[in-house]
Amino acid sequence: MNEGLDRHLLGLEGMSREGIEQILDTAENFKEIAKRPVKKVPALRGKNILMAFFEPSTRTKMSFQMAAKRLSADTYSISTGMSSLVKGETLIDTVRNIEAMAVDMIVMRHGFSGAHRFLSRYIDKPIINAGDGWHEHPTQALLDMLTMRDNKGGFEGLKVAIVGDIAHSRVAHSNIFGLTSMGAQIHICGPYPMIPMELEKLGNVTVFPTIEDAIRGVDVIMMLRIQLERMSKHLFPTSREYSTIFGLNRKRVELAHKDAIIMHPGPINRGVEMEPDVADGPRSVILDQVTNGVAVRMAVLYLQMGVTQ
Amino acid sequence: MMIKIKGGRVVDPANGTDKVQDLVILNNRIVSSGDAKKSRSRVREIDASGMVVCPGFIDLHVHLRQPGEEYKETVATACEAAAAGGFTSVVAMPNTVPRTDNRSVVEAVQDWGARANGVNVFVMGNITVGGEGERLAEIGDMHQAGAVGFTDDGACMQNAAVMRAALEYSKNFGTVIAQHAEDMTLTASGQMHEGYHSTRLGLGGIPAESESIIVARDLNLAEMTGGRYHVQHISSKESVEMVRVAKKKGLHVTAEATPHHFTLSDACLSSYDSNFKMKPPLRSEEHIQAIRKGLKDGTIDAIATDHAPHAEIDKRVEFDQAAFGIIGLQTALPISLGLVREKVLTMRQLITRMTSGPAGVLGIERGTLSVGAVADVTIFDPKAEWEYNEESNRSKSKNSPWIGQTLKGKVVATISGGKVIYEDGI
Repeated sequence: MNEGLDRHLLGLEGMSREGIEQILDTAENFKEIAKRPVKKVPALRGKNILMAFFEPSTRTKMSFQMAAKRLSADTYSISTGMSSLVKGETLIDTVRNIEAMAVDMIVMRHGFSGAHRFLSRYIDKPIINAGDGWHEHPTQALLDMLTMRDNKGGFEGLKVAIVGDIAHSRVAHSNIFGLTSMGAQIHICGPYPMIPMELEKLGNVTVFPTIEDAIRGVDVIMMLRIQLERMSKHLFPTSREYSTIFGLNRKRVELAHKDAIIMHPGPINRGVEMEPDVADGPRSVILDQVTNGVAVRMAVLYLQMGVTQ
Repeated sequence: MMIKIKGGRVVDPANGTDKVQDLVILNNRIVSSGDAKKSRSRVREIDASGMVVCPGFIDLHVHLRQPGEEYKETVATACEAAAAGGFTSVVAMPNTVPRTDNRSVVEAVQDWGARANGVNVFVMGNITVGGEGERLAEIGDMHQAGAVGFTDDGACMQNAAVMRAALEYSKNFGTVIAQHAEDMTLTASGQMHEGYHSTRLGLGGIPAESESIIVARDLNLAEMTGGRYHVQHISSKESVEMVRVAKKKGLHVTAEATPHHFTLSDACLSSYDSNFKMKPPLRSEEHIQAIRKGLKDGTIDAIATDHAPHAEIDKRVEFDQAAFGIIGLQTALPISLGLVREKVLTMRQLITRMTSGPAGVLGIERGTLSVGAVADVTIFDPKAEWEYNEESNRSKSKNSPWIGQTLKGKVVATISGGKVIYEDGI
């Protein structure tokens, strides 16, 4: 069981098709649990899972906690404010100490790229990446992919536009890695100061200067959250200009394939990257993404726990 | 005391020598075989057959960490590592705590050096007060105290007017202004070379242009002022090309490159191992090739290590938080010998870049085996393999990407001022 999965889930770069499919298929099976009156199965009963969020998170943390509890695992959480990291303890020491209390798995979010990879050299228990810096957010991409598969059937030849701040987006990175290895085609658009160098070498990726060109004919439009503090770093002038030039509105949506779906990893800056009537419109699958998030995280926790057994 | 080094391949680029012959040291000087016959000193014979005998190596770029960061390295421990690496002279960088921006710190570092194992410790002073790039430090006073050059290394002189003044003022003393070239507005929070791998790994980029833009500016200022300018740890192909052109124009320009910049690439960062994190960062293949070409044709005068010790608490942390820099005194020779094995450089060219090349950058009378010269001599076995590990490492820190590896090319003896300060297996 679980061939194609490594001990840790650090990212989607290099993950096999089989590995991705296994997670998506397992998630598909777990979806049904959410519809039961008693939303709980005993799959991970007696397992202790640490939720270590060293960066603010509402939705991802909640989603992981719900996933763990539906599988009957016990969860414990630390965050930056509570942890001894603020007292000068190193990340390794903090996590090793908690590992010594016999946790079975660590779900971690960290502000620095590669923090999970770094920790994995010193920690035996499986580490699940809930986001590292600008690098990867594999479970977000997996839930995005499950949502795409639900709506589009598969990935081969699927055209996906990702619009926004690519350089600082771990969501974009993981989606590019996961989707291109499954055969999808990625269209990218954003202010060029936010398009990292040599992006097209990551896979089947094409960068377009205008959002119109990027979304023309695509099956999926994924809008990324723009962080307004990036304005101070000379990456774009104003949110007003951003919304006019790179924002998604009803007129632009018409350029995509007629059955195109619209996605956003949240939280949305309404009126900046997306007009409210697009976010809430019939093509939007943004809330389905959130629903699928729990199922995908259940699948990840369940499968990764199996890797070590 | 007389030392007769017998049967080695003597390579002395300053004199164009490369042949199997004996080399004789009497007291602290190289002597002719005729002079040797007249002496009745006690003789130590060293059999150097199969070995290379050359001037002691000179490292233009070493962070000794003393004063201020003795938990990383001290002058004494760095000198131990230097001797084990075949270096008889090292040049201390001024980013100490407090800064080496005045005579008293220059003298203190020189004194610690004099009390170490016999490696010659030369000192570069800061160009500006506190290394802050605003006001010129007492360059004249430090020069008179023995400082061999000036740099604000660790940071880059951002202000063009101050750089101009430094280049002009240095002419009063015939000294060199060395630059850690980095436009800090372009590097900001950068962690590694900007390119495919930084994109893939989600790490902030340090573009090659952050170096070459400063080198371009400084070369213009060097031409304008006639000052002597040295590019430290050159890492980009554009910089190498500009230095080449400047040399052709006849400017007083020199450059150094580190072993890691001509052997390791940014692909090494994939594991987020902070022993591959340094400034300037490891760059892509095209830059590596340009540095190799520059070493070959003499655009780059010297191989320098940028030996930068950091303790575990500075390095074994998240990549973004890890300190920049690696140690390099003991690995410089075996890693650089790779260029000879790959036929990029001849043995003579390699030794030039480690001896007379760096001596020429500073204008110091070292790096030669001429009769009468101070007897700084290194003997190494280019074929011997050894393991570089925590036991053989002499530095107080162990932040090296090569730690735990078997390396080819081993120093068997280091002689400084006629005294054997390191030996292993002779």
